[in-house]
Order: sequence, then structure tokens, then C-alpha cells
Amino acid sequence: MNKTARVALVALLCIGAAACSKKQEVKPQPQPEPQPTTQPAPESNKYTPADLDTDACLRQRVVYFDFDKTEIKPEFQQIMACHAKYLQDRPESHVRLEGNTDERGTREYNLGLGERRGNAVSDALQANGGSASQIEVISYGKEKPVCREHNEDCWSKNRRVEIVYTAK
Amino acid sequence: MPNLKSLFALAVLCLAALVAGPAGAQALNVDIVGGVKTATPIVVVPFAQNGAPLPTDVADVIRNDFNRSGKFRALARSEIVESPSRGADIKFATWRLLKQDYITVGRISDAGGGLLRVEYELWDVNKQQSLLAQAFTAPAGDLRGVAHQIADQIYEKITGVRGAFWTRIAYITAVGLGNNTTYSLIVADSDGYNPQVVARSRESLLSPSWSPDGTKIAYVSFESGNSQVYVQDITTGSRQLVAAHKKGINGAPAWSPDGSKLAVSLSFVGNPEIFVIDMASRHETRLTNSLSIDTEPTWSADGQSLYFTSDRSGRPQIYQMSATGGSPTRISFEGQNNANADVSFDGKLIAMVQGNGNVYRIAIMDRSLGGQVRFISPGPIDDSPSFAPNASMLLYAATEGRRGVLYAVSADGQVRQRLVLSDGDVREPAWGPYRKR
Repeated sequence: MNKTARVALVALLCIGAAACSKKQEVKPQPQPEPQPTTQPAPESNKYTPADLDTDACLRQRVVYFDFDKTEIKPEFQQIMACHAKYLQDRPESHVRLEGNTDERGTREYNLGLGERRGNAVSDALQANGGSASQIEVISYGKEKPVCREHNEDCWSKNRRVEIVYTAK
Repeated sequence: MPNLKSLFALAVLCLAALVAGPAGAQALNVDIVGGVKTATPIVVVPFAQNGAPLPTDVADVIRNDFNRSGKFRALARSEIVESPSRGADIKFATWRLLKQDYITVGRISDAGGGLLRVEYELWDVNKQQSLLAQAFTAPAGDLRGVAHQIADQIYEKITGVRGAFWTRIAYITAVGLGNNTTYSLIVADSDGYNPQVVARSRESLLSPSWSPDGTKIAYVSFESGNSQVYVQDITTGSRQLVAAHKKGINGAPAWSPDGSKLAVSLSFVGNPEIFVIDMASRHETRLTNSLSIDTEPTWSADGQSLYFTSDRSGRPQIYQMSATGGSPTRISFEGQNNANADVSFDGKLIAMVQGNGNVYRIAIMDRSLGGQVRFISPGPIDDSPSFAPNASMLLYAATEGRRGVLYAVSADGQVRQRLVLSDGDVREPAWGPYRKR
């Protein structure tokens, strides 16, 4: 989603609503002193449950992995950051990280591999400000494939961690 | 705490009663691929019988057992030109001409009280000598069991190795797609007949492991959301939750040979480690300590050591360690990775899944031959090798198209029999122990 579309969407959401005090990712408002990262985000910058359905970053809830790997690839770092911010903004929120693998290898070993991937996402969320108490990791190994063909295209879709919000 | 535990156990029991339905009616198709020219030729003459037709062709069940074993080649029924039913009636010249080494004849009669009397004789064709003459009394519904016991006796008489046809197997089926999938833990005869549903769940079931006395099966269920290890009595259906840490994996149960302990893989400590649960006290003892995935434990026949899968060297490999803990020794060095070991009763053979590239095949390591490895399955996605109690055959899971199927394969890899469920996916086979008569 590009910037204009995002602004438009936020604007649309806010039409006629008194509750327009939501976070605005694009935030063009001039800040008196720009000391960004260390400063706690102002109240208006906090995520709300509605953002889970509308925010382009938060709507991405699947992290994909390379074969036999548990490292989080650079293209998913942004997703880690926004979900971590959500967890930070909403201390009452809670996520279940569901680790999955492709079909290669034995079932029990893949349970371990799926858990390792879930833990990698958990670590990344915590490194970005999420709290361990808000995160639960579960591994399904190769028990819950989203694709059932025997080829790399399919396998790459199955090697994933799904971020499931159990409390918003 | 104990109160809470027993309350939970009660709830689980109720759930078990709900989910474990009556026996499944699905039958497994039997399909033999391959064969051995060097196998011993034997003829099993259709058993003579008076009265109403019986539900089971006893001679046919015995013939199929023999053919599946790879050790025998049973003469096809269409080539059985004479039908003697007792030794005195056998014309040995006929069977010598057909190049048969052994002949089995038999007869079934009414024993009264709804029971049948099944008598059989085994003769050496060349020596014209009686080798066995036995009788069984059983209800008509148990004729398959009688046939398997006859096959076992003949197998042992000729090969000197105890037969394992009269045994049971356990496996998991998944029927339906996506959220509508039903998983079942099933127990069947060694040839796939008489399948009985032991447990049913809307979530994944895996890793069935037989107790050494054949009365219970430990397995993993995701029915609570996370993996948990249950032990279920297969006749009463009652079951107990034995590993249910809230955090992490509770998986890979394996009974010790004396039935007193269950080895499992638990990851509540942060990563999967091998633990041993004492079944009487439920005390958990941790055996491994590494940052790797340590799982799929299996016991040596003497109960002194455990084999397990670990990726502490980078890729999964098979390790051996004392059953009381200590430093593990890596034993698999061929292939890119090896996992899910199963050990023969005499400890000589270790079956495992060997992965090379995208091909996963069942490999057997012969420890008496310095760890030499040979493949007994073609791949590409084979899993879960499980030895018969006499190590003459194994079961394993394969994937064909989108479905899982089971194969029984002779330990030399020469004869494979496919067991195909008519609908759905079959996986996770486990060959049960010898049965007590």
C-alpha cells in the first residue's frame, strides 16, 4: 500500500468520528524536538485493535523461512517491528506464534524445527519491545500444511510462523 | 495439585469416551510388489470344511502371510491341482513335480457351542515326513487369528525363527481436508485386517508406541491445542495424560522394554530434550542437555541404552546414550541426515529415515557389519520404520500423491506389501509385540 492510499484509508476511517485520536503511521505532524526512537511514542501514536485489520504492516501475520533455517529474513524485520510495537502499545494483547515446517523430515523432528522458528519470531518480537509474557509459541511441525504438493513452491509456503492474536 | 490433576484426568477420560467410537469399518487393501525367486516354495491346500461357508479362507490368509514375508513363495491357488486334507491323502509325486518343498493341509469341523476346530499338518515333500500336526478351537470370527498362528508355527518350524504374523499394528489415519479432518489411532492385524479405532480427534495424532505387553499405546495428541502425551488402554479405552507441560512440545513417547518407563521429548526447558518418565511415580528425569533438537527416543532391547535423533552436529543424526543419561555417541555417519531410529529385538539392526537432498528413504544399519547401511525403501518421502518383533519385516509410511500409505517390507528389502486405506491418509505405523495365547 502506498503512502497516499494509506493516508486516504486513515482519513476514511476517521470521517465524522470524534475518536480520530488513533495512531497515524505516516504522522506528518511537526514535533517540537525530533528525538525519535528513545522517546516514548505520544498517546496518539499508539496502535489500537482496529489497526490489526487496517494497518498494512500489522495485517501481515505470516513469516516465511528458508529450508532448514530458523533465521528471520530481512524482508520480515518490518513486520517484527510493527507487531512488537503493537504488543508494547497494548500490554493486554497476546499472541500465539504457530511454527510450521515443510513435509521433508520426520514428524517429531519437524515439531522441534517448527518450535525453533516460533522461538525465532518470539525473540525478534521481544528484541523489538514485546514482552515474553505476551507471547506463546506452539509448534505444529508438518501437521498443518497450507499447500500439499511435493515441490519447493509448496514447501516454501509451509515453512512459516503464523502470528495469531489471542487477545487484542 | 493432585486434586486438580485427577480432575483433569477424569475430564480427559470422559472426552476419551466421547471420541473413541466403535470399530472402524475401513478395510486395508493388500498389494504385494516385488518377490524373491530364492524363497522357499510351499503349498497351502485349501482347508476341507463341511457345512455353511466360513467368513475366512484360512489357507488364503496363510498363503498371504508367507508371500509377504519374503522367506516363502506360496503356490497360487489356481495351481493347486489336488485337495488333500490330511497327511495320508497327500500324493507327494504331484507336489514334487510342482517343485514344492513343503505342503500344508488342514480341515475345519464344528466343535459345538459355536466353536470351530481347525486342524492342520505340515509335511516335507521330499522326505515325505510329517513336521507339524496341531489343532485350534476358536469362534468363526477368530479364524484369521487362527490362520496367523498356523502361519507362525510353520514359519518357525522351517526357518527356526519365531513367526510374527499373529501380531497387531497401530497407525494413524487422517480423513477429510483442512478443518474437517478427523484423525484416528487404529489398531489392526499385522496384515491390515480387522481395523479398530482406539482414539479419534479433530486435531493431529502422532507417534503411537506399544507397551511391551501389548495392552496400551502411548501417543501424542494435539486435541488440547498443544501436543500432549497420552497412554491409552486399547481394550477398555481408558486413558491417562502423562506429559502435558503447558509450554513447549510434549512428544515422541517410547516404552521401555520392561514397561516401567516412557522416554519422551519435552521442550518446556527451552528446546526439545530427552526425558524418561517413571510410570509408577510419574517422575521425570532429564537425560540430555544441549541447545539442539533431541527427540525420537527409542530403547535398546535390553533397556540399557536409548537411541535418539539430535541435530547437535548441525543436521539430524542418530545418537546412542546410556538409559540413565551421560554423554551420547553419534552412530549415523552416512547420508546428509538420519532420524527416527527403530532397533531390532536383538540390537543388531537399526532402521532409520535417511535424507539425501529431497529424498527420504528407510535405511537399515547392520551394527554387526560395522555400521554398514542399506536402503529398503525407494522414497521419496518415507518415514517411521518399525520392526516386527522378530525383525523379519518392517512397517514404514510412504507418500503417494497426496496420501500417505503404509508398506510392510521384508528386512532384506526384497518384498513390499502396500496397505492402502480406501479414503484418507495413513501414517505413523508401529508394529506391536508378540501376543500371548
